[in-house]
Amino acid sequence: MFNYLEYIRESNFPHIWCAGCGDGIILKALIRAIDKLGMSRDESVMVSGIGCSSRTPGYMDINTLHTTHGRALPFATGVKLANPDLKVIVITGDGDATAIGGNHFIHAARRNIDLTVLLYNNYIYGMTGGQCSPMTPVGSKASTAQHGNLEPSFNTSGLAIAAGASFVARTDVYHVQQCEKFISKALQKKGFSLVEIMTPCPTAYGRRNKMANPVTMMEWLKDNMVPVAKYDKMTDQEREGKVSAGILCDIDKAEFTAEYDKLIKKVRTE
Amino acid sequence: MENDSSGQIRMMQGNQACAEGALAAGCRFFAGYPITPSSEIAEHLSVALPKLGGKFIQMEDEIAAMGAIIGASLAGMKSLTATSGPGFSLKQENIGYAGMAEVPCVVINVMRGGPSTGMPTLPAQMDVQQARWGSHGDRGVIVLVADSAQESYEQTIRAFNLAEKYMTPVILLLDEIVGHTTEKVIIPERSEYEIIDRKKPDLPPDKYLPYRETEDLIPVLATFGTGYKYNVTGLCHNETGFPTNDPAIIGAQIKRLTDKIIIHKKDIIRNRMVMLEDAEIAIFAYGSVARSARSALAKCREAGIKAGLFQPTVLWPFPEDDIREVAGRVKGFVVPEMNMGQMAREVERACRRDTPVHRLNRVDGQPITPGEIVDLIKGVV
Amino acid sequence: MERYEIRLSGSGGQGLILAGKILAEAAAIYEGLNAVQTQSYGPEARGGASKAEVVISDGEIEYPKAIELDLLLALTQESCLKYSSDLKKGGILIIDSSFVKELPKGDFRIYSAPINEIAVDKVGKAVVTNIVALGILTKISKVISEDSVKKAILARVPKGTEELNMKAFDEGFKAGEELLS
Repeated sequence: MFNYLEYIRESNFPHIWCAGCGDGIILKALIRAIDKLGMSRDESVMVSGIGCSSRTPGYMDINTLHTTHGRALPFATGVKLANPDLKVIVITGDGDATAIGGNHFIHAARRNIDLTVLLYNNYIYGMTGGQCSPMTPVGSKASTAQHGNLEPSFNTSGLAIAAGASFVARTDVYHVQQCEKFISKALQKKGFSLVEIMTPCPTAYGRRNKMANPVTMMEWLKDNMVPVAKYDKMTDQEREGKVSAGILCDIDKAEFTAEYDKLIKKVRTE
Repeated sequence: MENDSSGQIRMMQGNQACAEGALAAGCRFFAGYPITPSSEIAEHLSVALPKLGGKFIQMEDEIAAMGAIIGASLAGMKSLTATSGPGFSLKQENIGYAGMAEVPCVVINVMRGGPSTGMPTLPAQMDVQQARWGSHGDRGVIVLVADSAQESYEQTIRAFNLAEKYMTPVILLLDEIVGHTTEKVIIPERSEYEIIDRKKPDLPPDKYLPYRETEDLIPVLATFGTGYKYNVTGLCHNETGFPTNDPAIIGAQIKRLTDKIIIHKKDIIRNRMVMLEDAEIAIFAYGSVARSARSALAKCREAGIKAGLFQPTVLWPFPEDDIREVAGRVKGFVVPEMNMGQMAREVERACRRDTPVHRLNRVDGQPITPGEIVDLIKGVV
Repeated sequence: MERYEIRLSGSGGQGLILAGKILAEAAAIYEGLNAVQTQSYGPEARGGASKAEVVISDGEIEYPKAIELDLLLALTQESCLKYSSDLKKGGILIIDSSFVKELPKGDFRIYSAPINEIAVDKVGKAVVTNIVALGILTKISKVISEDSVKKAILARVPKGTEELNMKAFDEGFKAGEELLS
């Protein structure tokens, strides 16, 4: 059996996540991916914002930077640009990345700076008690959308692609091997890489939306995450309630810190 | 040194002098966002930093710029951002973060008139209390102020030294007049000023505690990537850097954030005293207004009025004891400021009502002239 | 030399702030005097009222702004009317005759030349209006030597424009000579 203990800060357990939360599954997938890639944890930094997802770094034995709400990407940009030899992983949630941190999300992708971003999408603000986020589906209930959410949600992965990311994939915690595989690919990509990971929040989202049982939420992921190739061929009607999963973008292009190093060389020889 | 220009006499703006001072202090990272009247600092560093192997980045907003310099500092680079009024407001949350997590960095605020968009191109000194209390929560802060291009250069170096020594964000305030006044700067020889670098851990990684309580109350934060894997957070934390809910630890931590500045205030505070020995009236002035005050001083002395100048070069921690001492031997203080009396309140508090404090306030974007100060002093005397 | 105060005024985009910097550098670097240059401008980069001030002295310059002007350059009617009252008794007012039609009254000497026209017609570029003005100002004020101002111009202007700017200065200087003769 895989020994996770080597990678965690055992003294910080038990973790704060609720029973049925998917965040621990992502933590384990990330640990396995890091292990298989043989990454140096001394030379890696995990940066997070605020929210349940953003507590992930605290459990990992690695350099960790738990920042302010929505601002993980600017802090991570500073770390990476100051020392491009560091591998920088950003952990964020749907509220953190697409609401308060939405502008940073767009611009980090536009710059194509070499950051690996794991965006835990649970459709809700879990830590603060179930308020709606920019990812809450229309009609879903939240503590600040008790009559049902009116606002359309972001296509977060699409946003990252449009803004200029190098690698974008969507997966979920039920399909855990795919999740690990995509994290691994993202870690290996030079450039802004995003893995949007659908993860259940039975406590804050499920209870208000007829999925209080964690198993129901897992089954929802099993039944509604559709491989992107199949999703692309579906009619709008068939797509109702479904979410596409797979690698949505994987391209090679100029990466910001590498370009900056070239600039330094150029101006120093002038 | 590649940018060695020491000993030279150069004409430069206060803003450019800040940029040059930062480079001399060893700053190699700047993140910013365009805002008048501070943009020349960014513009200058965008040219100079890559030539020294440093990094300049224009971020998507003021908040991001503040976050980026904290990240860069933790990755080992001396880091700077520069802004003005509205941008300074936007940065406050992350300035508080740097205070809480004890990450050294420097924030220059070239003050313009406000509130809100206010007077983008006109001078003011309206952010002196914001510099102290702008972030939520309670902690000690270090705020420096400069009155000329020469002092902008020197105070920027000092800001970095204090940030690295006390592991805290340090704020340097200029006003628009100082930022945009072009004048002589004598670039000091390297031997004429000190450069302080943050301490490195002296324990191996398995014994290292980033926020261990030390006698000087200053933590030792390792640079990311040097083998010390630790946690940095804006939450209340214990000596390991991990969040805690223990009231005893929380109370001690927050108290320490104030105490670490207060117990070192003698090392931090520096005042310039001009003709105060025999003075009957003391002018308390800082930034560009101190220049008006020095002109006023000469005119007062010519008229036979014994005036002196108390010019703080550090606004926070406030030089309360020194004011108190001067208050004991003068008949009154005159406090000219380009705000509604933000520091006059502090002078009054330090005088404890024993010595009268006369205010002179201008909030119309125009400088306070020497003549206005002289007139007030004549009225008082 | 006691404190000598110069204000260059007009509208944004006329290069007055650069002209102010050149004057200050000419005084401080090439003449060994003290000089400070300050500026005041509106929020817009072009148009709007603009002024640059230079204070020159052989002693310390504490207050950096001009209070009682020894010399005022006014390139627009608005700036001329707005600032001429700040001139000290016997001060110098230099105006661009193409734009300043209404002359202010006061105890000062007025020198009027078509500064912008000289830049356009004799030098060939409106963009050097500020340098033409520097030429006139240098000749009339005699505060800083011709040589020092020229050196300061050459140190400031973009590469490849040296000749153009020297011509602009010389044309201004010539116009100044005519005004004095």
